[in-house]
Amino acid sequence: MKHLGRIAATAAIALGALAGTAQAQQSTVDAVKAKGFVQCGVNTGLAGFSAPDSQGVWKGLDVDMCRGVAAAVFGDASKVRYTGLTAQQRFTALQSGEVDILARNTTWTLQRDTSLGLDFVAVNFYDGQGFMVKNSLNVKSAKELNGATVCVQPGTTTELNLADYFRANRMQFKPVVIEKMEEVVAAYLAGRCDAYTTDMSGLASTRSAQGANASQHLILPDVISKEPLGPAVRHGDNKWADIVRWTFNVMVEAEEMGLTSANIDSKMNDPNPGIQRLVGKTGDMGKQLGLENNWSYNIIKQVGNYGESYERNIKPIGLERGVNELWSKGGIMYAPPVR
Amino acid sequence: MSDAAATLKSLPPSGGFSGSPFALWAKANLFPNWWSTVVTLVLAYLILKFGFGVLSWAFFNAVWTVENQDTEVCRQLKGVGACWALITEKYRFILFGTYPFQQHWRPTLVIGIFLALYGVSTVRSLWNYRLGVIWVAGLLSIGVLMWGGVFGLSYVEQERWGGLPITLMLATFGIALAFPLGILLALGRRSDMPAIKAICVAYIELIRGVPLISLLFMASVMLPLFLPEGLTIDKLLRAQVAIILFAGAYLAEVIRGGLQAIPKGQYEAADALGLSYWKKTGFIILPQALKIVIPPLVNTFIGMFKDTSLVVIIGIYDLLGAAKISTIEPAWRGFSVEAYVFVSIIYFVFCFAMSKYSQKVEVELSRSHKR
Repeated sequence: MKHLGRIAATAAIALGALAGTAQAQQSTVDAVKAKGFVQCGVNTGLAGFSAPDSQGVWKGLDVDMCRGVAAAVFGDASKVRYTGLTAQQRFTALQSGEVDILARNTTWTLQRDTSLGLDFVAVNFYDGQGFMVKNSLNVKSAKELNGATVCVQPGTTTELNLADYFRANRMQFKPVVIEKMEEVVAAYLAGRCDAYTTDMSGLASTRSAQGANASQHLILPDVISKEPLGPAVRHGDNKWADIVRWTFNVMVEAEEMGLTSANIDSKMNDPNPGIQRLVGKTGDMGKQLGLENNWSYNIIKQVGNYGESYERNIKPIGLERGVNELWSKGGIMYAPPVR
Repeated sequence: MSDAAATLKSLPPSGGFSGSPFALWAKANLFPNWWSTVVTLVLAYLILKFGFGVLSWAFFNAVWTVENQDTEVCRQLKGVGACWALITEKYRFILFGTYPFQQHWRPTLVIGIFLALYGVSTVRSLWNYRLGVIWVAGLLSIGVLMWGGVFGLSYVEQERWGGLPITLMLATFGIALAFPLGILLALGRRSDMPAIKAICVAYIELIRGVPLISLLFMASVMLPLFLPEGLTIDKLLRAQVAIILFAGAYLAEVIRGGLQAIPKGQYEAADALGLSYWKKTGFIILPQALKIVIPPLVNTFIGMFKDTSLVVIIGIYDLLGAAKISTIEPAWRGFSVEAYVFVSIIYFVFCFAMSKYSQKVEVELSRSHKR
């Protein structure tokens, strides 16, 4: 028994010490550099954001976020390992250090930012809840949906937003609540409800999946909730947060300046001082982040600007730029200056 | 019931009907009177109609390939034909998940090794230390092939493993390690030592009292929070351990049933011979007990093999998980039935083989009883 006690005590101390050293490792950026890859938490499969293609290669807007960070840190966008996370797992995976970045179409809310021990660093997609109806219904705005039956998935903010919206506009509705996404879509297509509500991105991909019949469905212009989706890192890890945030900002700024993965090499000697700074010819932006000075060049060259990433991933699921267009072109995508 | 049926069968066909044996059989069993005839005809019609529906969906109207992922042809069918193009396009993803595409020969070989290991395990002349050596060698080569990093094979991290190899791994290790655990727990539950008995009973009841899903959730969501930061146990390993612990509890109860079925005289005879507890258990009791419980054991094994598909809820791409993901791309949306049919055939082959083999073993082992 005595021995057992001693062993237990030693084990406890050893565990404590292990925890101590882990804490002493402070910044994620050092840990990432030491292990040689970025561990990225993504959705287990969501078209346009993160999903493996037929060859098992991860593709998507969120995936590009992680590839951008890898390009910034290592100069090699392929140095990413992906962990597919379900909605329940995602925050624990980040908190426990299983992943370095959580880029899993996660809505930035106050509660998540504060009490979950994570920090959102950017918004890479402005989503919002909307409605889809059949053209034959002859409805042009959500305001005309009084008395409609609406297909909705339970247990998410979607259901609450729906009730809020109809109450705020003094309208009546009948919810048809179905748990599984495939089934709720099938119910809508079969005509069990007049309208189907979920995030705009989800509506668009559902619509485009109808192939030739897509034109029979109309996504109403009304957006009834704000769902800013963005990457998150662990709370208090500011150096790492800076790298992720400015990786994204570089992608947006590059689009604004017309830099693409295709033309960046020819623009290297462009006299525009903004471009000179962005490609790392002048200034020491990279050094200030603790990276190589060609970090931004690598991001643009290997991953491309935000518009390219959007074209590649989100366009195929049938979603136009909309609010995710640059601020200079009527959207709200706006990055602080890289200088 | 069966007696009555037997008498009915042995009666000669009424009336002067004569013909081939089949016609006789049909007359006796399918058309003995007017209402049986009606039932037979209605059922035959339904079976033919359903069978033809399935055949025309699966074969006559099916689309086998499409160009450039253009699934418009499939959508034109509007459900009257299967879109097997999904499988021709994605079968490698379904079978191997996100494993690097150029390296797919490695998991292919791994599946082959698993099948070979199952095959040699059925050869009874190898049921000694040699089988152990073969398995160790087989598992080592599986590890080398999957991970790589030696002999010029590129390193593939565990996050990228997927598909059938994952399913086979979870099931094989689950069964192989849960079985001894189950034996120990069953013996412990029947032990005279109160502490051991209490621990085993508590363990079995606790694990059997919660669903596998909650165990997997514990392993994947809660366990990492208790570990010190920076120390992470691989997700796959955590799921594997959860499956072993879960299966162990169920197998323990199955094996306990066998232990209790052994007549008390066997225990007393072994004691009278002066055998120690372990000799008595190993030479007298277990060989008889396990033989009795082969059907429920295999039942549990088959259940476990299919239960491994639950790991999809913690983000591991086993066979079923990969099949689900394969229909995520916009072009392939809505063809999940084809994907599910494909993997269910694979599951069926494995489960049916298990069940057939167990029947064979049962017959072989029960020869002594029959004589």
